[in-house]
Amino acid sequence: MSAPRNLWAGLSLLASVASIAGVAGLAGLTAAGPVSAATASSGVVAITGAKVYTLGRAGTLDDATVVVENGRIRAVGKGIAIPAGARTIDARGKVVTPGLFDSLTQIGLVEVNAVAGTRDGTEQNDHITAAFDVADALNPRSILIPVNRIEGLTGAVVAPTPGKSLLAGRGAVIHLGGGPDLLVRSPVAMFAVLGEDGARRAGGSRAGAMLLLRSALDDALDYAAHKAAWERAERRPYSLSHLDLEALVPVARGELPLVVAVERASDVEAALRLAKERRLKLILSGAEEGWMVADQIAAAKVPVLLNPMQDLPSNFEKLGATLENAARLHRAGVTLAFMTGDSHNARNLRQGAGNAVAYGLPWDEALKAMTVNPARIWHLENRLGSLEPGKEADLVIWDGDPLELTTGAVQVFIHGVEMPMKSRQTELRDRYKNLGGPLPPAYDKP
Amino acid sequence: MKRCRESLVAGLLLAGMGAAACASAPVAPPPAAATLKTPPATAPAPPSTPAPAPEPPAAPLFPSTYQRIPAPPTLLRNATVLTAAGDRIEGGSILFADGKIAAVGREVAAPAGAVVVDATGKWVTPGIIDIHSHLGVYASPEVEGLEDGNEATDPVTADVWAEHSVWPQDPQFPLALAGGVTSMEILPGSANLIGGRSVTVKNVPARTAQAMKFPGAPYGLKMACGENPKRVYGAKGRPPSTRMGNIAGDREAWAKAVDYKKKWDYYRDKVKHGEKAEPPSRDIEMETLVGVLNGEIRVQNHCYRADEMAQMIDVAKEFGYKIAAFHHAVESYKIADLLAKEGICSAMWADWWGFKMEALDGIRENIALVEKAGACAIVHSDSADGIQRLNQEAAKAMAAGNRAGIPITREQAIRWITINPAKAMGIDQQTGSLEPGKMADVVLWSGDPFSVYSRTEKVYVDGALLFDRNDPKRQPEMDFSLGMTDAAGGVR
Repeated sequence: MSAPRNLWAGLSLLASVASIAGVAGLAGLTAAGPVSAATASSGVVAITGAKVYTLGRAGTLDDATVVVENGRIRAVGKGIAIPAGARTIDARGKVVTPGLFDSLTQIGLVEVNAVAGTRDGTEQNDHITAAFDVADALNPRSILIPVNRIEGLTGAVVAPTPGKSLLAGRGAVIHLGGGPDLLVRSPVAMFAVLGEDGARRAGGSRAGAMLLLRSALDDALDYAAHKAAWERAERRPYSLSHLDLEALVPVARGELPLVVAVERASDVEAALRLAKERRLKLILSGAEEGWMVADQIAAAKVPVLLNPMQDLPSNFEKLGATLENAARLHRAGVTLAFMTGDSHNARNLRQGAGNAVAYGLPWDEALKAMTVNPARIWHLENRLGSLEPGKEADLVIWDGDPLELTTGAVQVFIHGVEMPMKSRQTELRDRYKNLGGPLPPAYDKP
Repeated sequence: MKRCRESLVAGLLLAGMGAAACASAPVAPPPAAATLKTPPATAPAPPSTPAPAPEPPAAPLFPSTYQRIPAPPTLLRNATVLTAAGDRIEGGSILFADGKIAAVGREVAAPAGAVVVDATGKWVTPGIIDIHSHLGVYASPEVEGLEDGNEATDPVTADVWAEHSVWPQDPQFPLALAGGVTSMEILPGSANLIGGRSVTVKNVPARTAQAMKFPGAPYGLKMACGENPKRVYGAKGRPPSTRMGNIAGDREAWAKAVDYKKKWDYYRDKVKHGEKAEPPSRDIEMETLVGVLNGEIRVQNHCYRADEMAQMIDVAKEFGYKIAAFHHAVESYKIADLLAKEGICSAMWADWWGFKMEALDGIRENIALVEKAGACAIVHSDSADGIQRLNQEAAKAMAAGNRAGIPITREQAIRWITINPAKAMGIDQQTGSLEPGKMADVVLWSGDPFSVYSRTEKVYVDGALLFDRNDPKRQPEMDFSLGMTDAAGGVR
């Protein structure tokens, strides 16, 4: 539909207005992220009567009201006053949660996987590895954004996939509200692979991959400490280009998280050892055999990004893959965030969450792994992840249990804006829903 | 992720995955010496080289040695029963004995010696059937030594049979069983225009592929449209490299098959009339294609785009064969009326889209729209992940229909993963619904099978309890997994 697309374009304009007019006390929270205005027709929206999972201190509230103003949550609670002039959305019998967040996707980096020109998630140039930054390639007009958004996904990590190097580059957190600027936090982390994928890129062995990673970190620190000497060519040769070293410095200093994709239990242990040795801010992704070393992961306070539906022994690194991975990691005290590792169907994030519950994860923990946990892991807990006053109003009204397959999103808000519940797919559906009109389907346009 | 999962070819992150597309090809037994009544008008000359070729054997080749596992009579009582024959029976019971369903209904008495399972609050459905699987031919682990799904050396390989690639020790089989899958059609991949024969198996742990083969199931022939064949062979600098090249390659193969059939028909007619004749040379490839022309082998055609399906329908008409189902039929919703008219099933994913151009127009309502048009709708997996959760895939498709104002009931949706695939595979007289006399392929679910929280509790194949979530002794483990996943314990 053309209307929604026009609206996306308009958001940026509204956003700047909103940030000027924003609540003064909250101005500090806007940080670098885009802030959108509430809908033009009304600055204040009250969602009433819903069961609200706040994921905040207020917990879960029946028959509660959520007040949204200027892109933020103004109030949440039972029996709270609805501001004069607010537009009310009757959500009785419905469920409200924070918008869902997928902690590993390539949304905005790919349109059609098999069409190389639409794919920007991988850089094969071996002089651009750690420095590779997905933010430079993001397409905010991707058709994948509305497709995922109308099913309740409001935020995601966009991560690079490794090319020639085991260092894939830098990822970002985006919102799915459209508009020219999707970035919420960029860079949010450095992404790397160990295990088989790392070994192959290093030259054949896991041991080689560890050496390469160590030497890259050493070089980054040396470079940072001796930039002037390096400029005068008075330092030893480094293993990476200066662009890559620059990008690695905050990782080597433990400032920027390093997300390492690993599957095998022993590779998890290797990553944990490296992180301890170099004082890195480690996050694990995948970790299909993570449950085997869950206590070590928990003790190291390393969060895990995982897809709960990975249970195939599809290589020798995940012979121990199990649908109970999420539940077992949680029981050991590991902080979890769910990911699909997909882009077109990141919308199936909640199916994974439901399966995790079916295999032993407490329901509340599954919801947390798509909301407040990723907000904490990605250092956005002051802005996102829960429905609390002052937080950005990314939320979803569901027609039932959000983890259930038969439940749908009734309305999605991002930055307080009611998103049109339309996508290219709904346009196709509507065009072909009733065949046999007087003109060919090509004339049936929204 | 699975190599053979078409949609995830480029979808998965940080996996460095290859992009070999999997297409399936049905496997069919050799044409059982079909005798033609009338000799062809123009008799082709007998082959000049009088090879002492024997007749294609009339008996089934590589015959099924499947035997059901003996089990006591079993009564599941007081469940919500979705029969897939259109009914939903609240407080229903099902009795099976000697491998067959004996009774389904509200009041079913247990015979002496029967195992009685109290299924109060639980649901019962037919065993799930996946019409598009590559288990055993693209096994786990996904290592080169086990990649046996695509004979990508020629665009027409009607001579290969998927069953000759099936590794019965693939650890993916028991995972599918835990997902309630009791039968599946295992196909060759989609690299080729004509990829070979598929095989229909019962999902039972076995030492040989023959011991899995579904007794009496017709073979299928895997065909593929579109991007895969033209990409695979175009990249090798040989035909086909275009869609028109695809169709030309198909027609050439079928024209040869028609010719081959004529030779045999002519020969058999001579023999029938007591005349002396030299049998034509056997051609293993042509035997399969003639099996299709004779209606013994069912065409399972990988085809995404609506316009290509229409082309393939016309190819089939030109050569006089029938297409059982279009697989990966992402655009069926655009021609649901045509598919209904032609009586061709669509095997579809609930939500895969966008991984290649021909999948760009995938929509969540595809399956519901096909159902609404009165055409045959099937939910398939093409995936070792998806096959474990076909009930969930059907649930998503049902929900998408309902939200879009296309009412779909559970009684309808269960058919997408049971009786409808059984029909397209030609095994609907034996299985696919809970009706007396049919194979006792039955799943007991902990709850509504369309809920994400429900899990299989017991899975019966021909009446034998082959998976029991609460009994580790009834959870099969393949040789490959033995000793490797001990620490995992129980069901994955």
